[in-house]
Amino acid sequence: MFDNFPLWPIRASTGAGNVDALFIFLLALSALMCAAIFAMILVFATKYRRRAGVKAEQIEGSSALEITWSVIPMAIFMVIFAWGAVIYFHERTPPRDASEVYVVAKQWMWKLQHQEGPREINELHVPVGRDVKLIMTSQDVIHSFYVPAFRIKQDVLPGRYTTAWFRATRPGVYHLFCSQYCGTMHSGMIGQVTVMEPAQYEAWLAGGITAGSLAASGDSLFQQLGCSTCHRFDVQGRGPNLVGLFGHPVHLEDGRTVIADENYIRQCILSPHTNIPSGFKPIMPVFQGLVSEEQLTALVAYIKSLSPPPAGGQGGISLAPKPQYPKE
Amino acid sequence: MSDSPITVEEHGPELRHHFVDAEQQRDAASLGMWLFLATEIMFFGGMFCAYLIYRYWYYNEFAAGSRSIDIYLGTINTAVLICSSLTVALGVRAAQMGKRKLLVTLLLITIVFGLAFLGIKGVEWYQKFEEHHVPGNSFNASDLERPPYSHGEIDQRHEQIYFSLYFAMTGLHALHMIIGIGIFVFLTYYAWKGRYSPKYYTPVEIGGLYWHFVDIVWIYLFPLLYLIDRKPLR
Amino acid sequence: MATVAIAAERENYLNQEYGIRSWLLTTDHKRIALLYLASITFFFFVGGFFALLIRLELLTPAGHLVQADTYNKLFSMHGQVMIFFFLIPSIPAVLGNFLVPLMIGAKDLAFPRINLLSWYLYIIAGTIYVHCIVTGGVDTGWTFYTPFSTAFSNTRVIEAGISIFIAGFSSILTGLNFVVTVHRMRAPGMTWSRLPLFIWAMYATSIIQLLGTPVLAITLLLVVFERAFNLGIFDPTRGGDPLLFQHLFWFYSHPAVYIMILPAMAVESEVVACFTRKRIFGYNFVAMSSIAIAVFGFLVWAHHMFVAGISLYSALIFSILSYLVAVPSAIKVFNWTATMYKGSISFTTPMLYAFGFIGLFTMGGLTGLFLACLGIDVHVHDTYFVIAHFHYIMVGGAVMGYLGGLHFWWPKISGRMYPEGWGRLAALLVFAGFNLTFFPQFILGYMGMPRRYWQYPPEFQVLNVLSTAGSTILAVGYVLPMVYFLWSMRYGKIANDNPWGAAGLEWKTSSPPPTFNFKEAPEVTWEAYNYDEIPAPAEVPVER
Repeated sequence: MFDNFPLWPIRASTGAGNVDALFIFLLALSALMCAAIFAMILVFATKYRRRAGVKAEQIEGSSALEITWSVIPMAIFMVIFAWGAVIYFHERTPPRDASEVYVVAKQWMWKLQHQEGPREINELHVPVGRDVKLIMTSQDVIHSFYVPAFRIKQDVLPGRYTTAWFRATRPGVYHLFCSQYCGTMHSGMIGQVTVMEPAQYEAWLAGGITAGSLAASGDSLFQQLGCSTCHRFDVQGRGPNLVGLFGHPVHLEDGRTVIADENYIRQCILSPHTNIPSGFKPIMPVFQGLVSEEQLTALVAYIKSLSPPPAGGQGGISLAPKPQYPKE
Repeated sequence: MSDSPITVEEHGPELRHHFVDAEQQRDAASLGMWLFLATEIMFFGGMFCAYLIYRYWYYNEFAAGSRSIDIYLGTINTAVLICSSLTVALGVRAAQMGKRKLLVTLLLITIVFGLAFLGIKGVEWYQKFEEHHVPGNSFNASDLERPPYSHGEIDQRHEQIYFSLYFAMTGLHALHMIIGIGIFVFLTYYAWKGRYSPKYYTPVEIGGLYWHFVDIVWIYLFPLLYLIDRKPLR
Repeated sequence: MATVAIAAERENYLNQEYGIRSWLLTTDHKRIALLYLASITFFFFVGGFFALLIRLELLTPAGHLVQADTYNKLFSMHGQVMIFFFLIPSIPAVLGNFLVPLMIGAKDLAFPRINLLSWYLYIIAGTIYVHCIVTGGVDTGWTFYTPFSTAFSNTRVIEAGISIFIAGFSSILTGLNFVVTVHRMRAPGMTWSRLPLFIWAMYATSIIQLLGTPVLAITLLLVVFERAFNLGIFDPTRGGDPLLFQHLFWFYSHPAVYIMILPAMAVESEVVACFTRKRIFGYNFVAMSSIAIAVFGFLVWAHHMFVAGISLYSALIFSILSYLVAVPSAIKVFNWTATMYKGSISFTTPMLYAFGFIGLFTMGGLTGLFLACLGIDVHVHDTYFVIAHFHYIMVGGAVMGYLGGLHFWWPKISGRMYPEGWGRLAALLVFAGFNLTFFPQFILGYMGMPRRYWQYPPEFQVLNVLSTAGSTILAVGYVLPMVYFLWSMRYGKIANDNPWGAAGLEWKTSSPPPTFNFKEAPEVTWEAYNYDEIPAPAEVPVER
């Protein structure tokens, strides 16, 4: 029982140090505050304990004191808020050229698929020093992808994609937990993230049985499902040309303009009638129920591969204001 | 219960003993009812919130659903409720003036209006049931017309959300109407027995407040559910 | 309730009438308070029993004691029972019901029959919940997140939802009663600025109960409808939004935590004032901070959703607002501490609980700052850090406030003194047991142990064992008062009208009070906490 008794989680990502620094600052502040209050109480309780003949002195209050001990804490809180906000902003903005891993969560396992192709269950292999972006969805209930060593956590929702990202800094094996209660084996939905030296990672990639990259399998699905009949690349077909679509604005029939991100692509496949681009007829068949989550991620990856990474933009889910929960 | 040793001036049997005087009792009852209505606003508010969000997202389905419910019956019901609020207000006035027979008559008419509302609502619900627009396993809204500016077919799932909210909101409203009618039955009985007078008609007043509130909820529900888009389709 | 033998034969609310009908059909706010006392004590031990099973299971990393499904039900029902059937009613329905009319000089609450109705609604809700427990329980977590609760759980979600829906109305009616009472039934001379701070805090609590609980009611009703009639409002496979549920749920459930802590702060003010023999420092600020907490408490709900998928900008706003709501609580802690300066302090049981409250609430509140901080919350959300945080406030704060209040007003309620030695021992056991139980959980949380875990990696075991050890000590600390309070009703020393020499109208009438509270209607001509005019009695121990 005592073999393994750590009191602090390992730091294994670039973000972990920042989180720990802020945490330690807060710890110090709290310890100071507690010490101050407890000390005062101890002193008062001793010095002003009830003694015969000594009466309490009635003191109404002091507005100056009240204002002081309201304003100073508020100022300190704003510092904490700002520091935390900066970290959070950084955490929620994946770098634009991060390599991508698609994650599908289901009761009670994690299914991961690398861009390059390999699939994993409950395990994620990544190289040290590379930005990795996770694009995640759930097949059933809400789960949450949590790697304490990286200090990242993101709820994984059914019906939409959410993202998280990290850059690992130390080789090793780290816990992956599901941290949103999801039923019977919620506590069994754990896995591990294995961080390897880049050379080892390449070796692992090569040694794995892959069926080609994710985008490649998306390509073959695109043909299989008949998408290429209308979405042609050579001439203008019945559907929009998808080359260069991803990451760029799309003007819709109903007047809106949206950015074509992962959620948009997914929505177009599952309920095409909700997002008709301007100038096109609403004739695309509905694929809801006809494609699995894994197939969807493959198609999304394929369509993304048809566009160069957007210059100057942020990779992945855009922050442009739009209905947060896309119609589906 | 033994009389409080604190003697008060002569009062009627309706003064409860923990109150100092009739005015305090009246004020307390009135404040209590207003606070209760505030809680009802929060209660319905949750549903209105859900409604607003889904209407923004699924406007076409909401518009189509709205067109499929009977605007004539809805309008009649609105008129019925407004008239019933009138009879309630007149009833409070009758109580204030001590006109017992008038009060009883007005309360009875109010109840009749309330029952008429529920009856018409029942007819509407039955229509929806016949058309398979009731959410659940037999839901089928493929008969809904879509406006020309909308694109593609109506998404059945989104349509079901409209009707879920329709039934939840009108259902809870109807439940409040039933409770209101129950309250008014009691009020009518006691009014007939002569319990209310210009000196004491608080129950009529606060019962009336409740009824007005239920009416106002309907006045919001009606445009939100029935009048989303009534432009002629062609 | 068994007949209570009272040596002195003054007529009071306890001996005025005997028999079960006189209790079950009472409209006397004091008797209703005791009815609540009995019922919530029952649920406290039900919830506590679940907690003990949880802690026993967590002694070992692998699940050995119960099955995973059972464990999931245990923590779900522990949460629901403790929150809805113990904490939310506790101080308001027991101490509030008993004291609010007494403190303002009224004969009863504004609506005594509605008060009784509140209790019956609570009992009906409780019965349904007990039925739910024995017929399979519920495993959705106390938070009922969709779509798990609406489309995946195989447990008695509908029953639990209906039960809590009804309990909500009990809570709303209590709040309504208090607000009207404070507005309309104050004795002549009892102006707002002469009200005890207990009343200010109970008033603020009641506002939250009134405005927040209905939202929970409609949310649970929609979940019940969705499950029963197969709707799709929260189900993403049918166009619904699970996040909508979370927003609606937390809109109530965040203010709910203020329903649970404000009354304990109410008690704190009264106890600190009495046992320092001083007017609370900064009365106006303490009163206003109660109102501020109630108002701001409604503006911060989505800080429970920072990683749920809300937009970055929403998160920023809710984080800032969450810091705003921390300020009034800090003000209260500073004011209570400042009250001790140049006071005349005695260390009775209620005062020991009061000291414990300040310490533990401060720690709990400070850890709230960690959680409001976006960068930190991502790491510690849904881990044991959160569990430790809210138990510091709910148990270290609210329960200690409740126990302190029970001890303080016990002479008034029962006409008897509890045994002081045992009282102090229990307070110390509770304090020690509590810290041993929950402090290790902060460490566990930062280490990464998620909450609601039936099994866990072995490196978390030592801290879990410490926590379980603490919980056994805590349990003893809770059982003791049950025993000696009951004992005191027959064998305790008879209390006089004001054994503590406390200020407040409730101490100007007999212990226990007569049914209509005061022999003569009081007229208030003095300020609250006029301790300069009240001599300290023999009861309160004098230090050498």
